[in-house]
Amino acid sequence: MNATSMTVAGARLEWNPPERGRVAMFSLIAAEAAIFTIFVVAYLFYVGKSLTGPTPKDVLSVPVLYTICLLSSSLTIHLAATSLRRGSILSFGLLWVATITLGAAFLYGTAIEWYRLIYNEGFTISTNLFGTTYYSLLGLHGFHVVVGLLSLSIVMVFTLLGSVRSEHAERIDVLSLYWHFVDVVWIVVFTVVYLIGR
Amino acid sequence: MSTDAIALPGTELASQPFVARLHDWVTTVDHKRLGILYITFSLLFLLIAGVEAMLIRIQLIRPHNDFVSPQVFNRLFTMHGTTMIFFVIMPVMFGFANYLIPLMIGARDMAFPRLNAFSFWMTAFGGLLLYFSLAGANGLYGAGNAPDVGWFAYAPLTSQTFSIGHSTDFWILALLVSGFGSIGTAVNIIATVLCMRCPGMTLAKMPLFAWLNLVMAGLVILAVSPLTAAQIMLLVDRYLGGHFFDTQAGGSAVIWMHFFWVFGHPEVYVLVIPAFAFASEIIPVFSRKPIFGYSVMVAATIAIGFISMSVWAHHMFTVGMSSAANNFFVISTMAIAVPTGIKIFNWLATMWGGKIEFKTPMLFCIAFLFQFLIAGLTGIMQGAAPFDWHLGNSYFVVAHFHYVIVGGILFTLFGAFYYWFPKMSGKMCSEALGKLHFWLFIIGFHLTFDFMHIPGLLGMPRRIYTYEPGRGWDTWNFIVTIGVFFQAAGILVFLGNLIWSYFRGKAAGSDPWDAWTLEWSTNSPPPAYNFASRPVVKSRRPLWDFKHPADPDWNYE
Repeated sequence: MNATSMTVAGARLEWNPPERGRVAMFSLIAAEAAIFTIFVVAYLFYVGKSLTGPTPKDVLSVPVLYTICLLSSSLTIHLAATSLRRGSILSFGLLWVATITLGAAFLYGTAIEWYRLIYNEGFTISTNLFGTTYYSLLGLHGFHVVVGLLSLSIVMVFTLLGSVRSEHAERIDVLSLYWHFVDVVWIVVFTVVYLIGR
Repeated sequence: MSTDAIALPGTELASQPFVARLHDWVTTVDHKRLGILYITFSLLFLLIAGVEAMLIRIQLIRPHNDFVSPQVFNRLFTMHGTTMIFFVIMPVMFGFANYLIPLMIGARDMAFPRLNAFSFWMTAFGGLLLYFSLAGANGLYGAGNAPDVGWFAYAPLTSQTFSIGHSTDFWILALLVSGFGSIGTAVNIIATVLCMRCPGMTLAKMPLFAWLNLVMAGLVILAVSPLTAAQIMLLVDRYLGGHFFDTQAGGSAVIWMHFFWVFGHPEVYVLVIPAFAFASEIIPVFSRKPIFGYSVMVAATIAIGFISMSVWAHHMFTVGMSSAANNFFVISTMAIAVPTGIKIFNWLATMWGGKIEFKTPMLFCIAFLFQFLIAGLTGIMQGAAPFDWHLGNSYFVVAHFHYVIVGGILFTLFGAFYYWFPKMSGKMCSEALGKLHFWLFIIGFHLTFDFMHIPGLLGMPRRIYTYEPGRGWDTWNFIVTIGVFFQAAGILVFLGNLIWSYFRGKAAGSDPWDAWTLEWSTNSPPPAYNFASRPVVKSRRPLWDFKHPADPDWNYE
């Protein structure tokens, strides 16, 4: 039988299935959220169960500045995507650079915090349960920030080469979904590590 | 049944040199070829894990047997379980989903063909990594080769102290790597089903196969990810000196059980929902009736998906949880039997009053109905915590989950092979060999797994490498092992049938079963582009509408 004949004559259909990139990104975010859930559960389960010091109160300081950096990068990436949709490549590029800078500032904040903890406090992943859960959870999140920054940088390179145009707004939106997710995870991690666990 | 006028790419491939054809297969991003790669890969591992099962059963055929050493026995059951779950059933289900979903929903390919190829090769390399442990796991201490910690690898057995060498690391990495592949495939299936459907195919008009695989993919997303997280934690413990599961530093061995079974129980449904999908396509075609209660089937599947996320700790009744936790998991386990029961009634109602054709695929599906019912009933027995306290970790448990996986999943899988082999190869399978396979396998299955319940009830624990004579277990173990040889013979007939039919089978034509879903509207095997023009559908059975223009389905839906 000919496949052509499968078409029903006279069928005029409105057919707008959802955009596949968006669906795939939401699925990936669901999977990532499940991974983070397990790490957060482990962190909460082990709060106060370390047999030896140091405790979170002894060594952790609340990273307010770097948290503001990461969270405001969600705003800049949103504005960047909106500019691109409007067709303003210059403001897209500037806001994109701002997003990368804010993300990099957050990573720098994590780096100096970890340097202090490891070299000044002698507090490592094998020190106690707190160390194991703290470095794993923040490390997993930091890894996602790194992946996000790499993806953002690839887009930056293409922007500088002049090949990003307003018809790519949908793809930029999909990428910004990932970045928003990384920020939302930070809100959870911040709450768990610095507010509940400390 | 004319073929399309467009010349078929692929017909000239047969004349290419072997290296060129191999290159085509290795670099392919075509969903049909990747599907066949998945299926071939899992058949290979089915043979390996099947041989492992035979060795286990030969060791247990009589008391005080010394066919294999205790150490080898531990490796055998670990490798058998891990291989069957992660490198046989999951990939074969992904293979069928890959091959069939785009054809059933009238699409050119999966949503992300390259992600598809990436996912397959991740799974394949995961499998190779697991078996590379035989050669590569000696490690510094020269201890062990294949992993021997059991397929659920309870802490603290997996810590550096008790598992020296690298065998456990190969186990962790194999599952981590194939887990990424599974998540990639799940993302792909979800995007394909939701975004690539042909015009007119609303969600309520999709074949049940696509619906059920959508739910399966959702479960993979939510179930395999926790396993990935737990494996990362185990690596942190083993390589960075972490204490997640280190009881001496205040860590908990029980939390590994929770993390593992949060994956492990939904995983059962990841495996069985595609089996339901096969049954939901095969039973209507061979009963010559549309599926009974389409929307209820969809609702029941989604309900199973949700409830399966909240039953995991019924694997842990014997650990000693609070009675509140016990009650919760008993009730949720009982609850999941309801939507599953609804499905069984729907399949029965589909057959009721139908003009049933007892072809090989249908035989396997009918056997599935009976066997899956019994598997479900023993599941409910063990879902009651007090009963499970007596039978936890006994051969009763082993018999129960093999009843699900072999009696339920493997039987429909064989049905699916016989049903879709003509589409994939263009050749019919031999009915005579198919029936021989069926009868050998069903005799072997019942000899093995019916009688395996009894030594469990008599107190025989799982994972023991031998036992004392005179405990009343001897005869039962003997019968169980005899059944394995019938099953092995069945598998050989099955593989022989596939190979013989591929070369000598009679041509199938595009629609040998007079079926109703879109994959039967294109050639067998389908051309690379699937459909010469994009199909447009108006009902759940587009080919029925095409064959019966005077009485189309959309008048009734």
